[in-house]
Amino acid sequence: MHLDALSRRLIDRFQHGMPLCAEPYRAMAEELGCAETEVLACLQQLEAGGGLSRIGPVFEHSRAGASTLVALAVPPVRLEAVAERINRFPEVNHNYLREHRYNLWFVLTGPDRAHLDRVLAEIEADTGLVPLDLPMQSAYRIDLGFPLGDLP
Amino acid sequence: MTLTLDHPQALQLRRLLEAGLPLVSRPYAWLAEQLGASEDAVLEQVRQWNEGGLFRRVGVVLKHRALGYRANAMLVLDVPDAAVDAIGRQLGAAPGVNLCYQRPRRLPQWRYNLFCMVHGREREQVERQIERLLAEQGLSELPHQLLFSTRAFKQCGGRFAPPAERAHG
Repeated sequence: MHLDALSRRLIDRFQHGMPLCAEPYRAMAEELGCAETEVLACLQQLEAGGGLSRIGPVFEHSRAGASTLVALAVPPVRLEAVAERINRFPEVNHNYLREHRYNLWFVLTGPDRAHLDRVLAEIEADTGLVPLDLPMQSAYRIDLGFPLGDLP
Repeated sequence: MTLTLDHPQALQLRRLLEAGLPLVSRPYAWLAEQLGASEDAVLEQVRQWNEGGLFRRVGVVLKHRALGYRANAMLVLDVPDAAVDAIGRQLGAAPGVNLCYQRPRRLPQWRYNLFCMVHGREREQVERQIERLLAEQGLSELPHQLLFSTRAFKQCGGRFAPPAERAHG
């Protein structure tokens, strides 16, 4: 999707942090020197174009609960059905097809590790595929958003 | 209206925040209405969580594929256990590396214990970038693989809070 100049400034400025106040969009508009309605319109446009995941907190996984990265080696003919089944779990996010024998990769999140163990067992029972369970052990860098400089 | 949130209200607020703030002038007032609480109590709770480190960041969260970052590579390396912290810090600090995590091996199926994400516009560009990165860091000899994503089936934020029926039951 195409981003206009105001959208780029808004993203650059507020990807990493935004004001925590009763009227955050007005505060963002003041910082950008535009009207609150323009900020809201920008964000609505970004959402309509599929470029916005959401506005608000990104939870720190280790503080918010438990999470793990999971991979399944899905026979290609079953891919659509298995991916659709996996997507139905509310605990699943970032479900991607990747080029590897282990071709379906997704993140599981939940209130605690026991909850994730139950979901993993359910996935194995439902699909007949043994999940690779790869929880984070150390973080050397965490995702803090994207630089927009080289965007098309 | 309450001045501070009780436990079920705090849990519900976390669930609502995981889905994101609504695009209305007073998003915290909207959230407060869902909880039957005051806007001040909701804001105070969110500030406390933020200061307490529950959030990595509060801001605009993007979907990189829709914004032109279509070449998304997961670089996985098999690093000797004794060197994983040093190499993880080294790669994590390198430009272009978005995420760098240590994860367990699962032998014999999976030998790789260090995971990096690199995003770019074109696949060839990301491949060259990673080759150059490994060469510069003297890591080309380590067993490694590049797993490009070719399709996103789902991309959303994590749901950590327990579901409502469990929370209340």
